Amino acid sequence: MKQEIFVLIEHLQGRVTDISYLMLAAARGITEKLDGNVVALLLGHNQRALANDLAADRILYFDHPDLAHFTPGAYQRVIGSLIEENKPRLALFGDTSIGVEVAGPLSARLNLPLVSYCKSLRVENNEIKFTSQICGGKLMAEGELPSPTALVTMIPGAYKAEQGRSVTPGVVVQASVPQLDKHPVRFLQYIEPETGDVDITKEALLISVGRGIQSKDNLEIIQELADALGGVVCASRPVVDQGWLPATRLVGKSGKRVKPKVYLALGISGATEHVEAITDSEVIIAVNTDPLAPIFNLAKYGATVDLLDLVPALTEAVKQATVKA
Amino acid sequence: MNLIVAIKLVPDLVEELKINEEGNFLDLESLRLRVNEFDEHALEQAILLKERGAGRVIVIALDGEGVEDALFTAAAKGADQIIKLTGNTMPLVSNHTLARWLAPVIKSLQPGLVLTGVQAHNDLDGPLGPLLAEYLNLPYVGYVAKATMKDGEVEIRKEYPGGLAAEMEIDLPAVLGIQAAEQPPRYIAFSRIRQAMKTVQLEERQIPDPFIEEPIAIARLFQPEIGERAEIISGDVDEIAARLVDIFTDLDLL
Amino acid sequence: MAVNPVTQRPTFNEIFYTSLQKLPDGERVRACLQCGTCSGVCPFGYLMDYPPSKMIAALRAGMFDRVMKTDKVWMCVSCYACTNSCPAQIPLTAGLMTRTKEELLLAGNVPVELQDALENTQRYGNPMGESPRKRAAWARGIEPSVKIMSQINRPIDVLWFVGDYASFHPRVQLSSRALARIFNLLGVDFGILGHEENSDGDSQRLAGERGLFELLVDKNSKAFQKYQFNQIVTADPHAFNALKNEYPKLGVNYPVQHYTQYLSAKLDLLRPLLRHEIKARITYHDPCYLGRANGIYQPPRQLLQAIPGVELVEMPHSAVNSLCCGGGGGGMWLEGYQWEQAHARLSEWRVREAVAIGADILAVACTYEIPRFEDAVKMVQKASRLVIRDISELLLESIGE
Ligand SMILES: Cc1cc2nc3c(=O)[nH]c(=O)nc-3n(C[C@H](O)[C@H](O)[C@H](O)COP(=O)(O)OP(=O)(O)OC[C@H]3O[C@@H](n4cnc5c(N)ncnc54)[C@H](O)[C@@H]3O)c2cc1C
Ligand code: SF4
Ligand code: SF4
Repeated sequence: MKQEIFVLIEHLQGRVTDISYLMLAAARGITEKLDGNVVALLLGHNQRALANDLAADRILYFDHPDLAHFTPGAYQRVIGSLIEENKPRLALFGDTSIGVEVAGPLSARLNLPLVSYCKSLRVENNEIKFTSQICGGKLMAEGELPSPTALVTMIPGAYKAEQGRSVTPGVVVQASVPQLDKHPVRFLQYIEPETGDVDITKEALLISVGRGIQSKDNLEIIQELADALGGVVCASRPVVDQGWLPATRLVGKSGKRVKPKVYLALGISGATEHVEAITDSEVIIAVNTDPLAPIFNLAKYGATVDLLDLVPALTEAVKQATVKA
Repeated sequence: MNLIVAIKLVPDLVEELKINEEGNFLDLESLRLRVNEFDEHALEQAILLKERGAGRVIVIALDGEGVEDALFTAAAKGADQIIKLTGNTMPLVSNHTLARWLAPVIKSLQPGLVLTGVQAHNDLDGPLGPLLAEYLNLPYVGYVAKATMKDGEVEIRKEYPGGLAAEMEIDLPAVLGIQAAEQPPRYIAFSRIRQAMKTVQLEERQIPDPFIEEPIAIARLFQPEIGERAEIISGDVDEIAARLVDIFTDLDLL
Repeated sequence: MAVNPVTQRPTFNEIFYTSLQKLPDGERVRACLQCGTCSGVCPFGYLMDYPPSKMIAALRAGMFDRVMKTDKVWMCVSCYACTNSCPAQIPLTAGLMTRTKEELLLAGNVPVELQDALENTQRYGNPMGESPRKRAAWARGIEPSVKIMSQINRPIDVLWFVGDYASFHPRVQLSSRALARIFNLLGVDFGILGHEENSDGDSQRLAGERGLFELLVDKNSKAFQKYQFNQIVTADPHAFNALKNEYPKLGVNYPVQHYTQYLSAKLDLLRPLLRHEIKARITYHDPCYLGRANGIYQPPRQLLQAIPGVELVEMPHSAVNSLCCGGGGGGMWLEGYQWEQAHARLSEWRVREAVAIGADILAVACTYEIPRFEDAVKMVQKASRLVIRDISELLLESIGE
């Protein structure tokens, strides 16, 4: 019998989130080894079009007015009964403010094992193994996902969204929605991000400038790079002290502690008071003319060139790359 | 109304984490524990609600090294009742186990609102809140950054990735996973904690069940490899720029 | 309105005023002349809604609650400038300012940065939140190796109380290593407490966290009691001040010296080792807790003058009139807050003075100062040539190690 891997597709305001594509890629990696099908679960209202680029063998589309926005009760009801009826080998959820609220309660309700912080899945001797990243990335845990059914919440890192996108979508099946009772949690409205200054503690890509930038005028090319990359500019203290950037952009002991995916440090030496606040970054890239600058002890990648030369070249390269994509 | 805060101890990442000889769990000898940071936000949010007249705050934690300090600190901050779960326990248990132990005790306290930290860094079997909610047969909403009591309901702000948030209302009783309290957890002078140690009574409750079999076993626990020093990208600026673009692409940022 | 005097509870103002007068020399506060000298010498007095003299006026007028409503007291860096210049000899720094900070702290009126440092101290025994198990890591690789008391089973002559910044801050660790080498060369029989050492707690005390200070005294005292030694030496003037003046009040009494005192008493042994010239104009910054608070001005200068080639020059503000570096009384953990209020940094004033007299090197003898002044050098015009060195580092350079 073909084993099924369920993937809960998450979407917000009419857009499928990246984690959904990553999970489709992870699921595909397994069905290629074990004979199986990837089944995407899409819940919404008048949102069938979201199924168009999902790389799944089959897409079950549930349409109901109560599914227009995520609420835990309705999602649990739909997915819970589906899992009970179909007994998939795995059900994948994002380790997000949507997925966790479905997977957790269902694990307790249906008495199914749950693994979270899962970064990658693989098949070994016909068994499915998980690798989870725990303790703030300091530890990896590996183990087997028990049969017959296991629930998994996934974090990004091992798969690429592209691999979960497809130009030829799978079969979309309109599935019947079970009776949705009145649930104690009700969605009221979305609140858009405030338009005030950005919160650098929440940004995924930070372009951080230090004294190596030399003058306020040079901030212009930095901003151009940030715009091209879709990132946000922040700084070390000397830059903020001189009033070139507001205090909300200060990284360090007397500023903010940040945890972006990428921290691009331009002309920052790496003083203790600065770096203690960037250690949670996933990848640090440092550009500094001094090959002995302490920032290179922390960075994953480095370049020892003049930032004023590199930045325009990088902006250009990024623009070209995004045009191609 | 009773506002119940469940706090748990997690490995303190300030210390190097050591792995046991079998290679499948943390070395308990060298382990140092601290209160999960999100739980401190849950406590702060509960105290803020209390200060706005919502009710009494009761804090519960499983026994473990440092747990009494944490509970007395909570009392000094304004918790009205502190409870320690004792019995045949271990320094670290899974959240499924913890939730099953906590649920009957919380139920007996007639909860109006239960607050937990939205997650902890060692939640290998999912965060505590959703499991606890299910064993209590109550609704759960996580990633909460603001909570306001209304008549028989709580109105919350739930955060989604990328800065978007949603407003939701939940019938009480309910369980919330707090991501950030409306203000950073308050500092409490040490003299106040010492005073609480002398004056506040620490209640103890027995763990109800014998130890529960864990459904997920870790076969191997290990440290990911980390480079000692940066890989220096060589070449002229165009070559370096090209390499950086590759790196950004690999990280899914372009 | 008539009030029944029997049932009227004392006001906060009255309770506070009374408690102040019960402190050592506290009753002198009644003798305040309202001359304003204190507020005039205070480096941040111009920013405080209530500098010391006005605080006393508010107390007398029964309006101290107004002082409590502002948070500007957190500008006080416990530098002792006011105390030292008060003609009525009122204990302003240790009494009025510290007691007020204690009340602010109890009321929860604490800037977040300071809160972090205090929480870290509670949890880890050091304000930076470093692993207490790594407290002796700075000493790795030094030969002969630095002895850790729990690992040797014998009495020792000198117990070196290393202190927080000297143990954990990567830049300050270099000065700790220099001092360890000098001790070795002089054949000093010394040891450290390693993971058993906790923050001395003095700056936390002056930042209003008295209870935490008492906890730390208790922990350190337990460690001291486990071992036999003749005296304590420290490079941290804050630890020195605590061990010399505050620990004894809680019954923890050991002879203690700052390392500059200890080494200057051994100059006969040290001088022959100082073989290499350092041809430089050096100026010395008197740290508040060595100078004004404890009257130690000569030993550091004697050490500098013993180095061949050194031309020792004085800054306009020196010795008792030294300018504070801004790190005391919690200032080390209020950088962001104080910058927001002042848009000036005391360490930069100091560096400007050193530059103005044409110094090549600014020598320091406090573990807070190296990072503070090295940072200030980056911000002050024409200061990039100024080198910041701890005296121990200069001595070692002259020894040629
Ligand atoms: C108590 C305290 C709190 C502090 N809090 C903070 C804080 O919160 N945040 C913070 O950032 N700092 C803080 N500091 C200051 C900190 O110590 C450093 O002084 C500061 O971080 C240095 O900033 P920087 O790296 O930009 O400057 P520098 O240290 O001067 O480094 C500039 C770097 O740029 C390089 N460079 C120069 N020109 C170029 C070029 N054209 N291309 C490429 N590279 C170039 C240089 O090689 C050098 O390494 C604090 C200090 C103290 C004492
Ligand atoms: S101790 Fe220093 S900073 Fe504090 S009030 Fe007195 S002069 Fe001002
Ligand atoms: S210097 Fe002394 S006497 Fe003069 S106002 Fe200040 S506290 Fe009063």
